[in-house]
Amino acid sequence: MTTGTIVDVVMPQMGVSVSEGTITRWTKQVGERIEADETIVEISTDKVDTEVPSPASGVVRELLAAEGETVPVNTRIAVIDTAGDAAGTPAAAPEPPAAEQPAAPEPAPEAVVEETRAPAPSPAAAAPAPAAPPANGGGDQSGRAFISPVVARMLSEHSLDVSQIPGTGRGGRVTKKDVQNFIEGGAPAAAPTAPPVHDIPHFAPPTPEPAAEPAAPAAAQAAPAPDATKVPGTVVADDDVEVYQFNTIRKVIARHMRHSIDTAAHVTTVIEVDMTGVVNLRRKFKPIYQQRHNVNLTYLPFIARATIDAIGAWPWVNAEVQGETALIKKHVNMGMAVAIDDAKGLLVPVIHRAEEMNLVGLSRAVSEMAEKARTKTLTPDEMSGGSFTITNPGVFGVLMGTPIIPEGQVAILDVEAIVKRPVVVTDKHGNDSIAIRHMMFLCLSYDHRLVDGAYAAQFLAQVKSSLESWDEQAFGL
Amino acid sequence: MAVKTYLQAISDGLRDEMRRDPRVFLLGEDIGVYGGAFKVTQGFQAEFGEDRVIDSPLSETAIVGACTGAALMGMRPVCEMQFSDFISCAFDQLTTVAAKQHYRVGTPVPIVVRLPSGGGFSGGPFHSQNPEGYFAHCPGLKIVVPATPADAKGLLVQAIRDPNPVLYFEHKHLYRRIKGEVPEGEHAVEFGKARIHQAGDDLTVITYGAMVYTAEEAAARAAEQDGTSVEIIDLRTLVPWDTEAVLASVAKTGKVIVLHEDTRTSGFGAEIAATIAEHAFEQLDAPVVRISPPDTPVPFSPSLEKAFLPQVEDVAAAIQQLSAY
Repeated sequence: MTTGTIVDVVMPQMGVSVSEGTITRWTKQVGERIEADETIVEISTDKVDTEVPSPASGVVRELLAAEGETVPVNTRIAVIDTAGDAAGTPAAAPEPPAAEQPAAPEPAPEAVVEETRAPAPSPAAAAPAPAAPPANGGGDQSGRAFISPVVARMLSEHSLDVSQIPGTGRGGRVTKKDVQNFIEGGAPAAAPTAPPVHDIPHFAPPTPEPAAEPAAPAAAQAAPAPDATKVPGTVVADDDVEVYQFNTIRKVIARHMRHSIDTAAHVTTVIEVDMTGVVNLRRKFKPIYQQRHNVNLTYLPFIARATIDAIGAWPWVNAEVQGETALIKKHVNMGMAVAIDDAKGLLVPVIHRAEEMNLVGLSRAVSEMAEKARTKTLTPDEMSGGSFTITNPGVFGVLMGTPIIPEGQVAILDVEAIVKRPVVVTDKHGNDSIAIRHMMFLCLSYDHRLVDGAYAAQFLAQVKSSLESWDEQAFGL
Repeated sequence: MAVKTYLQAISDGLRDEMRRDPRVFLLGEDIGVYGGAFKVTQGFQAEFGEDRVIDSPLSETAIVGACTGAALMGMRPVCEMQFSDFISCAFDQLTTVAAKQHYRVGTPVPIVVRLPSGGGFSGGPFHSQNPEGYFAHCPGLKIVVPATPADAKGLLVQAIRDPNPVLYFEHKHLYRRIKGEVPEGEHAVEFGKARIHQAGDDLTVITYGAMVYTAEEAAARAAEQDGTSVEIIDLRTLVPWDTEAVLASVAKTGKVIVLHEDTRTSGFGAEIAATIAEHAFEQLDAPVVRISPPDTPVPFSPSLEKAFLPQVEDVAAAIQQLSAY
């Protein structure tokens, strides 16, 4: 190598405070031709994930950091020979960077897919055909990350995760056909990398479930695209662990929960409610509702109605905080948490303008929304715009919880189990006695940035009072 | 049905309409005694007489102006530009007078301007152009671009019966090269209805005029090489154009090539691509690809003209690239 033609590629400084970066993926391998400004490597820093353009045209002579490795800013990470041509100097003798990678000490069958693209040790690099990569689209391997509009729409419609679908397009991009094939359960024609885990229960492609270990050597051929959506720390599955890649719903939940915890000042206050009156009312009217209105009368509409009425008096729990401004909502758009996929997922349909509904309307809305959530037929409108949320883990018998407030709201009401308990009741003459009553806790998590304890407590007290004094006349039958 | 050339089909359509409707008459340079530069109107003067097949002076302005006046008086004139390139001389008569007359005054201008257009035979920069883009931009004009003999007749008949000014672009390269079955007698083709030249699943080529055949050959190569299934849409008319058929095909294939022989910038392909981006964004699986000549005059030199015009190889390569995208 003549020194005059060597250009170093260094880890760039991505922002003043960033001191190091991690190699996510090399898009060129030793011996391959690269043009100036073409992406040579994808990196990940505290601030951004980005692609690094090549500073010069030439041939990649050395890759000095392995994928997954974190190096300080300005460290040499690659060497480009501007005089070389790909076929010319066979002196390359590259040490395979993958060897330095700590992960995957022995080739575990699944989950190592992304490693397979690392340069096959030396022989391949010694005689690289200059035209090798363009065969599948100019050698730009970053295509994997690009999702075309139609693919985005299909993924969303079918609640799919793109990282699960093997891509056969340019640079491993997932094409419309790939999604169609995946939906129809067919393996892709070119590159069968079986998805390690099917994370969408209602949608398990019938084909390779049991023992579809992708033959390791096959994967080592150029075809299968590296999975750029996974971050360096490669997951290695073994017999004791099942690997679960977050599906779209999971990712959204994770992001929103984390963000809410990071922004809202969470407090939870609990009140105990005597539901005996409601229990009796429901028992009496359940068959009548069924017959007259064809709806199943549950406890939730009672609680929702009482909550809505209390919001009328205490509107600050029905609000949104934006910085140092609160938007007090004039309508109650009631979010309703519904567990789906065997409780491995959660959707929150929204009953818009719930304050305009009587008990019949609420009953119907609750059951319709729950059904739509379970069958995943909610429209975007039906899942957005919530101003206050009710969650109902009480159906599973639990007594208390401290739920996280949904983003964009300031309160969530946790409805707990109704259980019979001995309690002291006082009659109108002031005489105490012990009675068996149907008792329930209501837990309200709220954002202390806006709502103080006294305010929340009075809101809860009103909900309690409504529920304990439910007037049969006001039933709206 | 008889098999006819594209040129014979145009003649047939003209003759049928002249026999059917005494208001139809022809005006143009050398169309009478000489029978037209391409012999489309050969024998017409003998059949219909000098009053209905009129040799005009060399003035496109006068030809289109006279047609517009005659149309206002209730006639159905069909004029010929010897080459479509010469229409620029009549630009003002068309875009200012004919196109806006109905809007301004409420009187229709049912004229047809026949425009022998297109390159591929070393006609040079003044005899090879496809100027449809200028006029597609002008509200009030209709634009017809037949690719097959049957459409050449059917669209011409429809153009003559249409109450608006219609620019009828007949591609010179197709005149005697393309033959096909043409319905005898009454045959009119509705405007704004595209034709699926061939159906396919993998990608769509949207085109018109002579480029339909370039697309067809390229698609055949692609099918042979890697089994790519190409759908070819022949628009037939640009104003109005069949957005419905185009968007339906985009929804089917998700990948689109827009191909035309007019130059690139502000060519009609830009309108098609923009409409797809606007109305079918969520159907797209790849960027919309435009294939057209570069923004230069049409070269005279045969090798340069070949480089200028989209060739089968160019379209085949684009199909392959887009298919692999």
